[in-house]
Amino acid sequence: MSGTVPEPAVSESAPAASLEAHLRTLRDAGRKLLVPYVTGGLGDDWLAAVEAAAAAGADAIEVGIPFSDPMIDGPVIQEASVRALASGATPHSILTALAGADVGGTPLTVMTYYNLIARAGLRRMASSLAEAGISGAILPDLPVDELDPWREEAEAAGVETVLLAAPTTPEDRLRRIVARSQGFLYAVGVMGVTGERASLAASALTIARRCKELTDLPVIVGIGISTPDQAAEVCQVADGVAVGSAVVHRLLDGDGPDGVAKLVSSFRDALDTTP
Amino acid sequence: MTTLGELMREPSASGRFGEYGGRFVPESLVPACEELDRAFRSAWSDPSFRSELDHLLRSYGGRPTPVTECRRLSERLGVRLLLKREDLNHTGSHKLNNVIGQALLARRMGKRRLVAETGAGQHGVATATAAALFGMECDVYMGAVDVERQELNVFRMELLGASVHPVQSGSRTLKDAINEALRNWVATVETTHYCIGSVMGPHPYPYIVRELQRVVGDEARRQCREILKSDPDIVVACVGGGSNAAGTFAGFVDSGARLVGVEAAGGAAVQHGVPGIVHGMRSKFLQDEDGQILEAESISAGLDYPGIGPEHAQLADAGRAEYMEANDDEVLAAFRLLAETEGIIPALEPAHGLAWIVREAGKSIPKGSAVLLTLSGRGDKDVALVRERSR
Repeated sequence: MSGTVPEPAVSESAPAASLEAHLRTLRDAGRKLLVPYVTGGLGDDWLAAVEAAAAAGADAIEVGIPFSDPMIDGPVIQEASVRALASGATPHSILTALAGADVGGTPLTVMTYYNLIARAGLRRMASSLAEAGISGAILPDLPVDELDPWREEAEAAGVETVLLAAPTTPEDRLRRIVARSQGFLYAVGVMGVTGERASLAASALTIARRCKELTDLPVIVGIGISTPDQAAEVCQVADGVAVGSAVVHRLLDGDGPDGVAKLVSSFRDALDTTP
Repeated sequence: MTTLGELMREPSASGRFGEYGGRFVPESLVPACEELDRAFRSAWSDPSFRSELDHLLRSYGGRPTPVTECRRLSERLGVRLLLKREDLNHTGSHKLNNVIGQALLARRMGKRRLVAETGAGQHGVATATAAALFGMECDVYMGAVDVERQELNVFRMELLGASVHPVQSGSRTLKDAINEALRNWVATVETTHYCIGSVMGPHPYPYIVRELQRVVGDEARRQCREILKSDPDIVVACVGGGSNAAGTFAGFVDSGARLVGVEAAGGAAVQHGVPGIVHGMRSKFLQDEDGQILEAESISAGLDYPGIGPEHAQLADAGRAEYMEANDDEVLAAFRLLAETEGIIPALEPAHGLAWIVREAGKSIPKGSAVLLTLSGRGDKDVALVRERSR
């Protein structure tokens, strides 16, 4: 843990920089954090899209490993998952590609469902992630109550596990989640599945505020953050935003890595000009 | 290791049946599952709740359903075949037992809207019925493939005031309808109760649904003792998610009866599945080597599910229940056989149980055995499909 002892410098050859240390450093320097999401295996140029997002100012990137039954995902990411799986994407193919990603030190995380991890074997998947240079895992169907077996293996492999906090999470439970989340705290901005929304839900600001009061971890709001204006608005309180469907939407529309770069830049500009 | 005497009791605090079960849902849903757990435990130990449920099941549902001894078919098979007649329950299947209980619970929690998934449409019809009875809103998610093959049930749900939403994602059958119902529930959880139709999903659903269906097994045990003066030798039920089987087995788990669940050959999660975590629970699922869930395939929409309730996975591992399979051709033959010999047109789902009995009579079912089959539903909904397949 951090404290008065400074974090050791991370050498270039280290398997993966600490996600949390990286994000804390940026946040403490006054930067609002931007974490875009790309569905792994979507089209031929998804890896180029990941690299483009990094170059355009992402502070960390979530890569989705597609699952056949994505319970918390709305139509856009469902469609991306279907297309990626139909073209033969597997956890192995995605991790292999990510191991060679040129992202200039931007930490990579995976977002996926627990069955893909359980099927591979917790230890095996944890070490596969570490070997591919992945520093964090976000598993939306693995709540804090069921966390222990995975957490033990992930920690041994050096992979940080990001937990989610929801608008419905009561106070005592929120404290438990905050105490155990690593990397950052993923604050769910709206009750619902992933997807774009016309306006920022009031619940996004409320959950961000509740989380900020309880923790010094970077608090990043995701689900329902669709535009640079919404991102800037929620970052009045939160430390950053995760943007998924808006990015994947561009890829589904065929806008490719350039489209992703353009979108990520527009979020970056909005966050950098947030007073 | 679970000892046999511990089976089909309360799950552990984390909702485990042995190594299966649990609560693997998005954080947004965890508080609702916790609230439901508290509400159910308080209701289930509240005599006024139990007596209201019992009264409704009798005066509205038509319980107790009879046990019918099959004379002609028994003679033909060389066994003593008894049917627990859930087909005579209101709405034509055992599904109503669960739904009336969950609707009462929803009302107790102050929720005014029910959302449900359905495969064959029986659970959707039952949920729509309960919603009409209690004056609640009702939305039912149904795979687009099932909407097509069970169009009469779609119309029934609409007559009852429910909105039916065809699900176009994935295999467009039951598993995808569950995904879509869960997605809707995440967005509406504060006003809505997810009325799940089988012994599956996150804790406490597998426990709640088993307890609400145990009326089937408890009644049947008493009725068998009157008819046979003893317990049956073999108790058989079909298994998709496994609610009628769980309710039936709960009544007999501490008897000497051999318990047999029969899955559709194209969806045999116990026979061919491996442990996994889907739809909020750890259980056995048909899946590929990466963990992607496979599509079940069966003539019967109600058994078209690539997993099984977690308690069945435990019963299978513990060896207390056996899980067999029946293929579409055997099922169609059994469907006709019961109609011709006993004047009962069964749903295709329990016809799986009968198909196994027909195949095994005189083999693994010794001549003269007393065999109880839970006839979980009536076959009206399947008549058009069977006619189509017979041409």
